[in-house]
Amino acid sequence: MPKPNLPTSISLWRKIVNKLMTILVIIAVILAIIPLLLILGDVIMRGAPAISIGFLTHLQKPPNATGGGIANAIVGTFTMVGIASIISVPIGIGAGIFFSEWATSKVSTFSSFMNDVLTGFPSIVLGLFVFVIIVYPTKQFSAFAGGIALSFVMLPIIARTTGESLKLVPMTLREASLALGIPRWKTVIRIVLSTGKNGLLTGILLAVARATGETAPILLTASSSIYFAKSIFQPTASMTVLIYNYATSPYATWQTQAWGAALVLIIIMLGLNLAVKLTIGRNLSGKKVDL
Amino acid sequence: MRFRLLRGDVILKILLAAAALFVIGVVVGLAVELFLGSAPSLFKFGPSFLVESKWQPSNNVFGAWPFIYGTLVTSAIAIVIGFPISLGIAVFITEKLKSHLTFGYLLGTLVDLLAAVPSVIYGLWGVFVLIPIIRDYVERPLSKSLSYIPLFSGHPFGYDFLTAGVILAIMVIPTMSAVTRDVLSVVPNSQREAMYSLGATDWEATQKSVLPYARSGIFGAFILGLGRAFGETMAVTMVIGNIPSVSSSLFSPGATLSSIIANQFGESSGVFQGALIELGLILFFVAVLINGLARLLLWRMTRATHAKA
Repeated sequence: MPKPNLPTSISLWRKIVNKLMTILVIIAVILAIIPLLLILGDVIMRGAPAISIGFLTHLQKPPNATGGGIANAIVGTFTMVGIASIISVPIGIGAGIFFSEWATSKVSTFSSFMNDVLTGFPSIVLGLFVFVIIVYPTKQFSAFAGGIALSFVMLPIIARTTGESLKLVPMTLREASLALGIPRWKTVIRIVLSTGKNGLLTGILLAVARATGETAPILLTASSSIYFAKSIFQPTASMTVLIYNYATSPYATWQTQAWGAALVLIIIMLGLNLAVKLTIGRNLSGKKVDL
Repeated sequence: MRFRLLRGDVILKILLAAAALFVIGVVVGLAVELFLGSAPSLFKFGPSFLVESKWQPSNNVFGAWPFIYGTLVTSAIAIVIGFPISLGIAVFITEKLKSHLTFGYLLGTLVDLLAAVPSVIYGLWGVFVLIPIIRDYVERPLSKSLSYIPLFSGHPFGYDFLTAGVILAIMVIPTMSAVTRDVLSVVPNSQREAMYSLGATDWEATQKSVLPYARSGIFGAFILGLGRAFGETMAVTMVIGNIPSVSSSLFSPGATLSSIIANQFGESSGVFQGALIELGLILFFVAVLINGLARLLLWRMTRATHAKA
């Protein structure tokens, strides 16, 4: 939009206010960027010295011993996110398809609204829920319970992104398929899903990233452990709970390792977010071809 | 043939509807189970639980007021700091960078990255970096010069309401600025052009036309940010000190609804556990209320815009 030249009679005061607001807005941006750079910088500077091959492959050690690692926590996190994905990916995608393809049904509208509400729930409430339904009756903290709690974190994200991205699939594609006599279920699976699959992938990656970084629900359901869990029905370590326990401990070695674990976690998160940006990029170019 | 076609459709619809119903079931199940889980405390203390300010696990006396108070205070600090900054970022990207789309996109991505950083890492950074900075450069000077104001009284250690509020502010900025950005970007250009044609400056166009037009959406963003601040757990738990207190000083350690659950749940049982779950029930209702309200506002805004376009 071309900006018209301002009339010369404009009062000095209005010019000053205009400049002042521009400066304030730029200050706001700087204020928001500083903590991001500080956090990333600190995690890299303090975390890098802690990281070695041994750090990634050894078990946790007592605070005064050297050579402790976070291998069990890495395995624990992946186990729980894996369990959560097995549960939440099919249900989330199913619900998302329903939101988009049966958008006018009352169940769809209500469920989609509930889904949005669920997205905004404090994750610790989800942890309490799973504690009450699984941990309390079985009297056992476990990776299984942790996985269920994380699946409730992932479910609304996957359902929402799936729904939104399938709504972007042009209606003409559905109409063309139905006009050829292809039944609706086949249209949904073969035409709508395959056109919108990048959006689905984005949703899953976003959800996995969120779940990987969650602490509170795991704290209440899987607790922690300093060993590899022998089964998914035992207390299990995770990277986030390990960072929490180590950071709040009084031992310097553990505190250093907390920064190391934070760096590993940040690298995983940035990797996932980069993957999301790439799939979204491809999605957009794909959309251009369709138009 | 026709029957077989229909059957496939029906099966798919039932499967998908079941998934959608599952989502509703999770929310309903949450309410029911939290209610049942908090029964020991719910029936013992009744509604007075909300206003009781004693929290003494050793005497089996429990009240939620210190945590409701802590949640309100820290969220208020977060919003007071975070909301103007978020609005500034959104205005900068949508109004000032109109002709520099790539730079605006990069800046937006950078701010979005803040949202991807796990809560526990904010906490870790808060404990080792932010607390010393706030304690030495903000709280000590303030308490030396202004200690007669109740807000700044007491001896600052860094583990307090102020630090928790500042870290929450950093965490709500990405949420609020992203939603505000989306809302401002759907304001039609004709709104700005009308102001420019009347001879308005950039700021006047933004202030008198763009912001009022996007009012309800910005309010939605505000509420969503508030919701995030209310529910945020780990970072707050690590920097607030977790002492149940109702103090007028920002330099006093305290606790929020979620931080006390994370901090004490491990060693709780019986009525104590019930009381902690009841705090979760309060969080649940607040979350339903806040998110429901925010979504309704945002839906109305986007719908109104679509209808006009």
